[in-house]
Amino acid sequence: MSNSNSLSLGAEAAALPDRHRSLAGDAFRRLRRHRPAMLGLSIVALLVFAAVAAPWVSPFDPVEMGAGEAFEGPSGRHPLGTDEYGRDLLSRIIYGSRTSLAVGIISVSISLLIGTTLGLVSGYFLGVTDMVVSRLMDILFAFPPLLLALVVIAVLGPGIDRTMVAIGIVYIPLFSRVCRGSVLAERGKVYVDAARAVGSGNGRIMRRHILPNVLAPIIVQASLCMSYAVLAEAALSFLGLGTQPPMPSWGSMLNKGVAVMYHSPWVSIWPGLAIMIVVFAFNVFGDGLRDALDPRLIGT
Amino acid sequence: MRQYLARRLLLSIFVIFGVTLVAFGSMQFIPSDVVDIMLGQFRDPAAEAALRHNLGLDQPPLQRYLRWLGGVLRGDLGNSLRTTEPVMDAIRQRLPVTVELALLATVIGLGIGVPAGIVAAVRQYSLADKLSTAVSMVGLSMPDFWLATLLILAFSVTWMLLPPGGLLVSPLEDLGENLKRMIMPALSMGLPASAVYFRMTRSSMLEVIRSEYMLTAYSKGLSERRAILVHALKNALIPVITVTGMEVTWMLGGSFIVECIFSLPGLGRATVEAIYERDYVVLQGCLLVYSLIVVGVSIGIDMLYAWLDPRIRYE
Repeated sequence: MSNSNSLSLGAEAAALPDRHRSLAGDAFRRLRRHRPAMLGLSIVALLVFAAVAAPWVSPFDPVEMGAGEAFEGPSGRHPLGTDEYGRDLLSRIIYGSRTSLAVGIISVSISLLIGTTLGLVSGYFLGVTDMVVSRLMDILFAFPPLLLALVVIAVLGPGIDRTMVAIGIVYIPLFSRVCRGSVLAERGKVYVDAARAVGSGNGRIMRRHILPNVLAPIIVQASLCMSYAVLAEAALSFLGLGTQPPMPSWGSMLNKGVAVMYHSPWVSIWPGLAIMIVVFAFNVFGDGLRDALDPRLIGT
Repeated sequence: MRQYLARRLLLSIFVIFGVTLVAFGSMQFIPSDVVDIMLGQFRDPAAEAALRHNLGLDQPPLQRYLRWLGGVLRGDLGNSLRTTEPVMDAIRQRLPVTVELALLATVIGLGIGVPAGIVAAVRQYSLADKLSTAVSMVGLSMPDFWLATLLILAFSVTWMLLPPGGLLVSPLEDLGENLKRMIMPALSMGLPASAVYFRMTRSSMLEVIRSEYMLTAYSKGLSERRAILVHALKNALIPVITVTGMEVTWMLGGSFIVECIFSLPGLGRATVEAIYERDYVVLQGCLLVYSLIVVGVSIGIDMLYAWLDPRIRYE
C-alpha cells in the first residue's frame, strides 16, 4: 500500500512543471523503479565484487591441485565439487568472473570507442567518408560474428588479450550503425546550426554537441553488448581458443566438463550456470536501461 | 522498387568481394601456413619447397587471389590445399546439414515462441504471461553450447535415449534416423530462439491488439478467436518475420559450436577446420557462402516486408 502511495506521489511530482530536473535524472528514477533491471544490476554488482575480492572470498587457490581429490562431488569442503586435477570448482568459478568481466569491459570498450567514432564521423560528414565507412561495416557484418572472431584469433594467436581484441573488432559495426543512425537524426537540428554559427569547428560540434545527444542508445547498446562479449569469450574458450590454461575461464571449464560428463556431470553444470546468470543480468539491465532512456517515454 | 533492388545487389557484390579479400588477406598474416601444418616440425627443405610449388604457394599473393577470383566467376571455388578435393563438392555435402539444422531450429523456435507470444499478449499480466516472460528471459541468456551439454547429459547420459554423435544419414534416406541425430542440436539452437520469437510476437501483438481496426473487428461481431488469429496475427507477424530472417542468418553462421559438440558434418565445422588447417581456399569458399547467405537473406527479408506491408516503399 505504502509502495503504491509513494509511486503516485512520484507521478504527481513528475507532473509539476516548475521542478528543476535533468533528463538523466529522470532516466535514473525510471531505472530505479524497473525491478528486472535492478535485479540485473545487483547480479552485476555481485560479479564485480567476486572479481575484485576473489583472493579473499574463494576458499582455495584456483590453480592449486588437490592430490587425491579429483572429481569429488559437491561436499562441505568443496561446495561445488572438484575437477580432474582436484581443483576447487567454487574458487575457479569465482576467479573465472575476473576473466569474463575483463573480457566484457575491454572488448566492449574497443568496439564502443572505434564504432562510435566511425559512426559519428560517417553520419556527420556523409559523402565519401560515409560511403567508405558504411561499406567497411557491411563487410564486417557479412561475416558470422563468432567465425570472424575465430579468424582474428587465428591471425593473432590464442590468449585472453587477443580474445578481447577479436571480440572488440567483431562488434564494431553494432556501435557504428547505432551511432550513425542517431547522428543522422541530430545533424540537421537547430542547435547544430547554432554551434556552427558561433564558429565551432566540426570536431567540436561532433564531440561537444552531437555526441552527448546520441549517447543514450549507445549506452544501451554497450550494456547489451556486454552479454554478447561474455558469451563470445565463453564460446571461444569452450573451443579452446580463448583464455588459455591454467587461467580459469567459464568457457574452458565447461569444455573440460563435457569430456567428463559421463561420471562427473557437475563439472559442466556450474560454469554454464555462471555464464547464463551473468548474460541474463546484462540482458535485463540493458532492457531496463533502454526502457529508462527511451525518449518516447519521457514525460509519461 | 526495381531500382532499389538493383542498387542493393550492386552493393552486395561489393560487400561479398570485400569478404573474400578479408578472408584471403587474413590468411596471409597467419604466422604458419598449410605447409607448416602438413609437414610438421622436422622437415626436409627440398620437400617443403616442392610442396609449396605444387600447391602454388610460391606465387605472389595477389596472383593467387586473382586466380582464385577468376575461378569463382566461372563457378569454380578451387581445390582444398589439404585434400585436393574441389571446395564446391565439400560445400555441396556440408551446407545441407547446416541448413537442415537451422531449419529445424527455426521450426522449433517459431512453433513454441509464436503461440506462446500470442497467448501472453492476449492474456497480458496473467500468470501464463508472467511465467512465460520470465522463462523467455532465461532462454535469451542460455548459451547454446551449454544447453547442448545439458541435453546430452539428460538424453544421452542419464536416459540413454538419443546418440550424442555418430554417423549422420541424409533425411531423404531415413528421416527417423536423421532426426534422432539432429533433434538435440536443433533443440539447443531452437529453444533459445523461441525466446526471441516469443518476445517479438508478444510485444507486436500487444501493439496491434490496441489498434482501432481491432475495435472495428470486435464491433462487427467477430469472435475473439477470429479477431486475434485472422485480423491481429497477420499484422503482428511482420516484425516477427524480420526477426526470423535475422535469427536464421545468425543460426547459419553460429551453428559451428553446436556442430562441433555433436560432431555434425556441417559447413560451420568445415570452416573451423579450415581455420585450424590454414586451408585458405576452403576458408574463402565457406566465407563466400556465408556472406552470400547473409546478404541474400537480408535482401529477401526486405522484399518480403514490402510485399506483406504495402505501406512500405523502397526508393
